[in-house]
Amino acid sequence: MIAVVDYKAGNLTSVMKALHAVKAEVMATSDPEVVLSAEKIVLPGVGHFAATEFLARHGLKAAIEERVKAGAPFLGICVGLQWLFEGSTESPETAGLGAFQGKCERFAPGMKVPHVGWNSIEVEPSRLFEGVAFGSFVYYTHSYRAPLTNGTVAVTDYGVPFTAAVERDNVMGVQFHPEKSGEAGLRILRNFVEL
Amino acid sequence: MLTKRIIACLDVDAGRVVKGVQFVDIIDAGDPAELAHRHAEAGADEIVLLDITATHQGRGTLIDTVKRTARQIFVPFTVGGGIRTADDAAAVFDAGADKVSINSAAIARPDLIEEIGSRFGAQAVIVAIDARRAKESSDPVKDAEVFVSGGRKPTGRKVVEWAREAEQRGAGEILLTSMDSDGTRSGFDCELTAMVSEAVQIPVIASGGAGNAEHFADILLAGKADAALAASIFHFGIADVRELKQEIARRGVPVRLPC
Repeated sequence: MIAVVDYKAGNLTSVMKALHAVKAEVMATSDPEVVLSAEKIVLPGVGHFAATEFLARHGLKAAIEERVKAGAPFLGICVGLQWLFEGSTESPETAGLGAFQGKCERFAPGMKVPHVGWNSIEVEPSRLFEGVAFGSFVYYTHSYRAPLTNGTVAVTDYGVPFTAAVERDNVMGVQFHPEKSGEAGLRILRNFVEL
Repeated sequence: MLTKRIIACLDVDAGRVVKGVQFVDIIDAGDPAELAHRHAEAGADEIVLLDITATHQGRGTLIDTVKRTARQIFVPFTVGGGIRTADDAAAVFDAGADKVSINSAAIARPDLIEEIGSRFGAQAVIVAIDARRAKESSDPVKDAEVFVSGGRKPTGRKVVEWAREAEQRGAGEILLTSMDSDGTRSGFDCELTAMVSEAVQIPVIASGGAGNAEHFADILLAGKADAALAASIFHFGIADVRELKQEIARRGVPVRLPC
């Protein structure tokens, strides 16, 4: 069973629907016990980085850390990817998980923000992007970007190159919305589900 | 590279598409779920469903239509028409929409933008603006006015000022419809759209006046629009979104071509 963590940021409907479409058994939850018993964890999220404080306050951060340490595959989406980093200038007092180095920052002035629409990804060989062509288009909507780091497996350019996806062992994240990225997005979700 | 978006719009009344994008090879063009799916398959970057009558008694039907439509598509899905409160928006999001488009209700009560934005994120709020050039003014474009209630009521507000206010209040995108161009099939209002697009930092979706592929290329290049919304154009010689995108790609517009 895949636990889709509900931390009251945005709505889960689209992510749940897309995971159903790739035949995953999913459960939306805010309960750390459910997270602790899950085979895999998905952390979705659109909205403000501060919303991730809900995770620490409700014991979900500790539960996720424990499961991830035990090897359970984890996928963060959008703010869920940003949370894997040390933090974000969007909410400097909110700590991220720190699984990847660096802080998320707002796009520099001069570009339209939010970065909305379909942009291409330069992918490296990885489990998440198995069968996904270099230069595939995926759907983005975000105002903050994660820096390039040693776990970056996909890069997108919007004024500057930023991390489109990370993958290190069982810890993965995507800045774009695979649940809104047509066939390419469903393929990425299927790759995660079938790990 | 960030591509320009082609958005397919379905105008819905009582659960049926009444005008808007249709395919020549579908006999029953009236089912929104079916049409949305076809458009997404053909390469539409987003789907917009507009409840054009937005009657109180029709809300249940709309929610059901949104649910059925959302089930079939895995591209962004916007719903507009009759959304007056954050709870109205919540019902539409629960049914599977990713964004809502608000128009008259935002003019009547601009706080609505923040109310929806703070609950669902700025990316979920599109402020739709129906604009008409100020014919009497010495600068009809700069002084273009906002209309509400389906274009029937002037507000006395300037388009650029309202677009900036919507941005400051946390709108994620602007959907700008030129009432002068709407229905003419003689091209989008490039001048007006470029002015609004340059006045705000958020993406601007252009609507109104599409008649051929060249019009799309013009609005996305010279008109500085980030996206263009297509409604009835597919009745008039362009088979579908795929063909439109191939045409405008040839004219130098970066688009996502479906495989």
